[in-house]
Amino acid sequence: MTLLDINSLYLEIGQPILRGVSLQIKEGEVHGLVGESGAGKTMLGKCILGLLPEHARISHGYVDFAGRELLKIHSSERRDLLGRDITLIPQNPMTALNPVKRIEPQIMDVLQLHLGLNAGTARQRVTELLNDVHIREVDRVRRQFPHELSGGMRQRVLIAIAFACKPKLIIADEPTTALDVTVQRQILRLIKELQANSNTAILFITHDLGVVAKICNRVSVIHSGRILEANNTRDLFAQPQHPYTRALLAATPRFDRPADALHPVPVDLIDRLWNEARTHDGVKANGWR
Amino acid sequence: MALISIRGLGLALPDLAAKPLFGRAPMREILRDINLEIEGGERLGIVGESGSGKTTLGRTLLRLYEPTTGTINFGGQDITHLVESELRRMRARMQMAFQDPQSSLNPRHRIEDILAQPLLAFARVKNRDEGRREAIALLNRVGLPSEFCGRYPHQLSGGQRQRVGIARAIALKPQFIVADEIVSGLDVSTKAQILALLRELKPENDQAMMFIAHDLSVVRVLCDRVAVMRAGEIVEIGACESVFSSPQHPYTRQLLSAIPLPDVDPNWVMRETVTE
Repeated sequence: MTLLDINSLYLEIGQPILRGVSLQIKEGEVHGLVGESGAGKTMLGKCILGLLPEHARISHGYVDFAGRELLKIHSSERRDLLGRDITLIPQNPMTALNPVKRIEPQIMDVLQLHLGLNAGTARQRVTELLNDVHIREVDRVRRQFPHELSGGMRQRVLIAIAFACKPKLIIADEPTTALDVTVQRQILRLIKELQANSNTAILFITHDLGVVAKICNRVSVIHSGRILEANNTRDLFAQPQHPYTRALLAATPRFDRPADALHPVPVDLIDRLWNEARTHDGVKANGWR
Repeated sequence: MALISIRGLGLALPDLAAKPLFGRAPMREILRDINLEIEGGERLGIVGESGSGKTTLGRTLLRLYEPTTGTINFGGQDITHLVESELRRMRARMQMAFQDPQSSLNPRHRIEDILAQPLLAFARVKNRDEGRREAIALLNRVGLPSEFCGRYPHQLSGGQRQRVGIARAIALKPQFIVADEIVSGLDVSTKAQILALLRELKPENDQAMMFIAHDLSVVRVLCDRVAVMRAGEIVEIGACESVFSSPQHPYTRQLLSAIPLPDVDPNWVMRETVTE
């Protein structure tokens, strides 16, 4: 069943950012959103979370989450939904936690606010959650401040917070980009494990096709605010349809191939995509005014 | 003879995290008994997880740290314990490119000044006009248009800033460059462009380069040899091709198995990692 339905979304922040993005995520699906910086992938995540900057304008389209139109709901209803049914795993674990608060109260906050647990039950649940994210020495970590933990540990805490209220959808915005390969693998494994156990859907935003190939069921490739190609992971990697997808694959370095197998994305392809996108803006403006 | 040869290199630095309120911080060993030779024109990759000492090794070779034990020989001269005034003459022969071009380019200087400064400091150019001409030539070499001269770092994208960082490192035509994670902050297509640029720059001069990265795929694209570091020691070193196709040390195998290659494999994350 479709959990999240984004339909023909146009977003402007001073200039067009998203140009008619449509994307569906089923319950329990891990959906990869792949693109470069400036493609609009983070902004799409922010549309769902209602975290857009103030002067952002959504000129067309809707975002439907389990029968509710996210762009139109009242802010009190949104506050209820976010952090409980839809949560975020942020990119930078260094800045996402409150630096002057110990770990335990940061997790307890979410539990008490959204699930109405009393302090004792919440504290117990924190222990379970920290165990779930495979943190050893739970009793030490819960009393520590974020700066006392490594990047990988902080990301585990943030994952615990994201999964705390058994959400239906998690927006994971480049959750492993700041980590090194060995820690990245542990974190990916953790996300996949928790996701499989709870049947949570994840929108996994990344620029790393390698990560997508390992953990996503479906993939959408985004560039210049448009979804260029969407398919299930196996078919997308076996038979990439769009030239940009093929170019991205050829531009991904791999240690098992000789150095000359790497080809940067051709500049004229990028230019063509941006030109297409801008022509599109003109057509849209004429059609709607 | 090798351009750089290091013997039994060890480095200990004061561990400030363990410093008592009064008194000295205890010393902590960062590098242990490192032996390494780098030939002119060679590209050596250094890989390892964070905290393995790879950045410290690079900085020690440039004598930004003074080794506790062992010797560093650079171009036939022992530079292990040179004092700052003697080192200054060496500095033009070794340069560094940094991971984060945002913080390593002075935000108040225009690109022209950033590139001309080392040339003026070492009297490679006579005046600012000549400096500008050189700066333009450098920009063009790293694939940037001449008009970037008048811009400030914040007006450039991440990939463009990284190109400026590379241009500055090659400005003095050094014999040795340490490139510390210079592509890890970039996304796929920018990364591929920078890697292509570095490959193109290669044949033009006989300079050696040490390329520090945690991503082994990047090292494969760029380097002839690779050294794998763990806890301050080199655990494996060899030609890229052989290390990547038949890794000898269990730690190398573990690192390789942690890299997600773009091949579909839903069971990859759940598979047990190769451990010792």
